[in-house]
Amino acid sequence: MMELVCPAGTPAALRAAVEAGAHAVYCGFADETNARNFPGLNFTPEDMAEGVRFAHARGAKVLVAINTFPRAGAEPLWHRALAHAEAAGVDAVILADLGLLAHAAEHHPGLRRHLSVQAAAANPDAINLYASAFGVRRVVLPRVLTVEEIAAINREIDVETEVFVFGGLCVMAEGRCSLSSYATGKSPNMNGVCSPASHVAYAEEGNDLAARLGGFTIHRTARTAPAPYPTLCKGCFTSGPQTGHIFEDPVSLDATHLIPRLAGAGVRALKIEGRQRSRAYVAQVVRAFRAAVEAQAAGRPLPESQLARLAEGQKATTGAYAKTWR
Amino acid sequence: MTAPLPRLPHALRLAALPLPLRPLSLLLGALTRRMAQAHPEMTRRMGDHADRHFLIDPVDLPWLLLLHPQGQTMTAHRRSRPPACDARIAGPLSAFLAMMHGAEDGDALFFSRDLAVEGDTAAVLALRNAIDDAELDLAGELAALSGPLAGPLRQALLRAERASGLTLHRQDDFA
Ligand code: SF4
Repeated sequence: MMELVCPAGTPAALRAAVEAGAHAVYCGFADETNARNFPGLNFTPEDMAEGVRFAHARGAKVLVAINTFPRAGAEPLWHRALAHAEAAGVDAVILADLGLLAHAAEHHPGLRRHLSVQAAAANPDAINLYASAFGVRRVVLPRVLTVEEIAAINREIDVETEVFVFGGLCVMAEGRCSLSSYATGKSPNMNGVCSPASHVAYAEEGNDLAARLGGFTIHRTARTAPAPYPTLCKGCFTSGPQTGHIFEDPVSLDATHLIPRLAGAGVRALKIEGRQRSRAYVAQVVRAFRAAVEAQAAGRPLPESQLARLAEGQKATTGAYAKTWR
Repeated sequence: MTAPLPRLPHALRLAALPLPLRPLSLLLGALTRRMAQAHPEMTRRMGDHADRHFLIDPVDLPWLLLLHPQGQTMTAHRRSRPPACDARIAGPLSAFLAMMHGAEDGDALFFSRDLAVEGDTAAVLALRNAIDDAELDLAGELAALSGPLAGPLRQALLRAERASGLTLHRQDDFA
C-alpha cells in the first residue's frame, strides 16, 4: 500500500491523524526551523516526544520537517532541532538545506533523511546527488511535475519519492519563490511563512471583501463568493491588458483520482498539505485518503472525493500533474 | 460537514435581548477561567497574542463577547456599545461552537464566509490554533462548574444539542 503522510500542526492534530489512519505524520518545532511557522502552531521538544510515543504505540511514524534555510550565524537553532528530533525518537527528518543535510549526515548518521519539497529537486541528477552526498532516502517532489515526468525520474533514481496529493498549492519551484519577501520581508524559505498572517488585513468595503498583504490588495471578492487567503501567487493582478489570476487561481490540489497513475509511476508515499489547518480538517482528509489508498491497493475503484468544501476557493485542481502552463 | 450551519431563531434573540449583562459576564468569566486553568498550554501556545482583546460576534445573539486570554476574562456587551478590540471574529453561534469542538475547520468556515475576521489576523490564528489543540468540551466544562447539578445539566445540554443543531460537546469521532 502507498504510504499516507499526513500533516499535524498541533499534538491534537497528530492524534487525530493517527486515529484517522495516517501511516506517517509530519510536523515541526515551534520556531523558524520549519516552513509552517504560524502563530499558535507546532511542537515543543516535549510535545514531540509525546507525539512520537502516541504514534509509535499505534504503528504510525513521525517525520519532522526542519526545512527552512538556516541564517548565517544562527545555525545552532537548526542544529538543536535535529538533536531534539533524534532524542524524541522520530522516524525521519525532512531537510532542504545543503549545510544542514551535511551536518545531519555527520552528527546524526542514524537519523533517516528525507529531502524536503523546499529543496526543489526536480530531476534525476539533483536527486542522485542528494542521495550519494548526504544519504537521502526519500525525496518530496515539487508540485511542478507531470505524472509522466515523475515516472521518468523514478526510472533513474534509487531513492523513494513522495508527492503531494491534497491541500494548498505552492506553484513555483519551491524554496525559490521571493514573492512573499517582496511584499512583507518574510518568506517561507527563511522564516517559514509565506504571506504571513501578521501582514494580512481583511476589510469589508461596500459589498466586497478586500484581502490585503503588507498593504497591497491581493483580492477583492463579492460578498457571496468564497473568501480566499491573500497568498501572493493566488492574487488577482493587472498585467498589461489582462486582469486576473496571473500565476494560479485560488484553488487547492486534489489528486485523488490520480492515485493509481502515481502508483504506476513508482511513487512510494502520498503527502497531504495542511499543518496550519484544524484537527477537523486533518481527520476528514486523512480518513478519505486512507480509504482511497486501500481501494487502490485492493484494485477497487476509488471513492468519490467529498473534500471540496475544505479547499481554498472551495475548488480543486490536479495542479501540474495534468496541466499545461500559461 | 456539508449541511448548512444552523442559526438561532430570531425570536430567541429578541427574547434574550432584555437579559441583564452582569450575570452573563460572571458566568462567561468563570467558564473562561476554568478553561484557561484546565488547559494552561492554550495561553502558552498563543505567546504574546494572548494579550490581545478579541471581540467575538455571534451574529444570531443579541450580545458581543470580549475575550482577553491572558487575563482569563470574557465579558458580554450590548451591540449598541461595542468595546475596543484588537480583532473581531463574526459568525453564527453554531460556527464558533462547531470550530471549538473540532466538528468544523476554521479555514473552511472562513473560505465559505460563515466566519469573518477583521483586525489582527495573526492573533486570530493563534487563538484558533490554541483552542483547536486544547480539545475543549463546553458541556464538560459547564458540568464541572455546576457541582451536584452536573448530571441533570449534561442531560439538558444533550437535549438542547439535538433540538438546536448546535455542537455543545467535543466531537471525539470526526466522521
Ligand atoms: S507565493 Fe505561492 S508560490 Fe510563492 S512561496 Fe508562497 S505559496 Fe509558494
